[in-house]
Amino acid sequence: MAIVSTETVPVRTEPDVVAVRRRVREVAAQLGLSLVDQTKIITAASELARNTIIYGGGGSMLVETLNGPRTGLRLTFEDKGPGIPDIELALRDGFTTGSGLGLGLGGSKRLVNQFEIFSRPGEGTRITITRWK
Amino acid sequence: MEKIPILKMGEFLLVTIQVDMHDRLAMALQDDLTRMISQTEARGVLIDISSLEIVDSFIGRMLSNIAGMSRILDAETVVVGMQPAVAITLVELGLSLPGVRTALNVDAGMDLLRQSVDGASEAYGHRLH
Repeated sequence: MAIVSTETVPVRTEPDVVAVRRRVREVAAQLGLSLVDQTKIITAASELARNTIIYGGGGSMLVETLNGPRTGLRLTFEDKGPGIPDIELALRDGFTTGSGLGLGLGGSKRLVNQFEIFSRPGEGTRITITRWK
Repeated sequence: MEKIPILKMGEFLLVTIQVDMHDRLAMALQDDLTRMISQTEARGVLIDISSLEIVDSFIGRMLSNIAGMSRILDAETVVVGMQPAVAITLVELGLSLPGVRTALNVDAGMDLLRQSVDGASEAYGHRLH
């Protein structure tokens, strides 16, 4: 698997969520993802970007386009926030420590082909999602 | 701050969301709409989301909130024009917009609003006699 391009986008303030959605849309369209697949990864990115700000205290999104054998879009959200003590619980629908619906993590997992989460209390959280063409 | 315009048409309020809303703008729309319903005594709210390229859990919750609040204020809400890709994504995300009535387009949404308002006043008239 070859990484064709990489780019880092800040995820610090609320308007950054809109910028994240816009950038993911552009890259997904350039890669030739179907409209439904574009919509899915943009929606997942929107959920994760909001989590990065609300729960992680801000961070960044790494955008990677992948090629060979398959074309895909990989996004990594990273923050240096408090981390997630119980990942299994956090992934469950309806669970939230904030005021949201508790669909962000579990929901974004369902919207992508690959979902990896790494978090350590006190150190931060890194979530990587991939949508293949 | 930018605002999403709310148009009054007879006893209905019409909102067309044409920008990618950040969260605060979505919250402001929710507040503005409930204020307008009570000021104008509107009987129905039609929200056109045909320009929206995504609906995530935040915007979905806003739509459910608007429907719930307007119902309490005696107005019906209909959301129209959702793109098929958005509908597919919403359901997979786990959101089925409970309590939100939907229609395919503005015409169908207006019909639905008129029906429910007429139906409600007929039922009321019935009770009076």
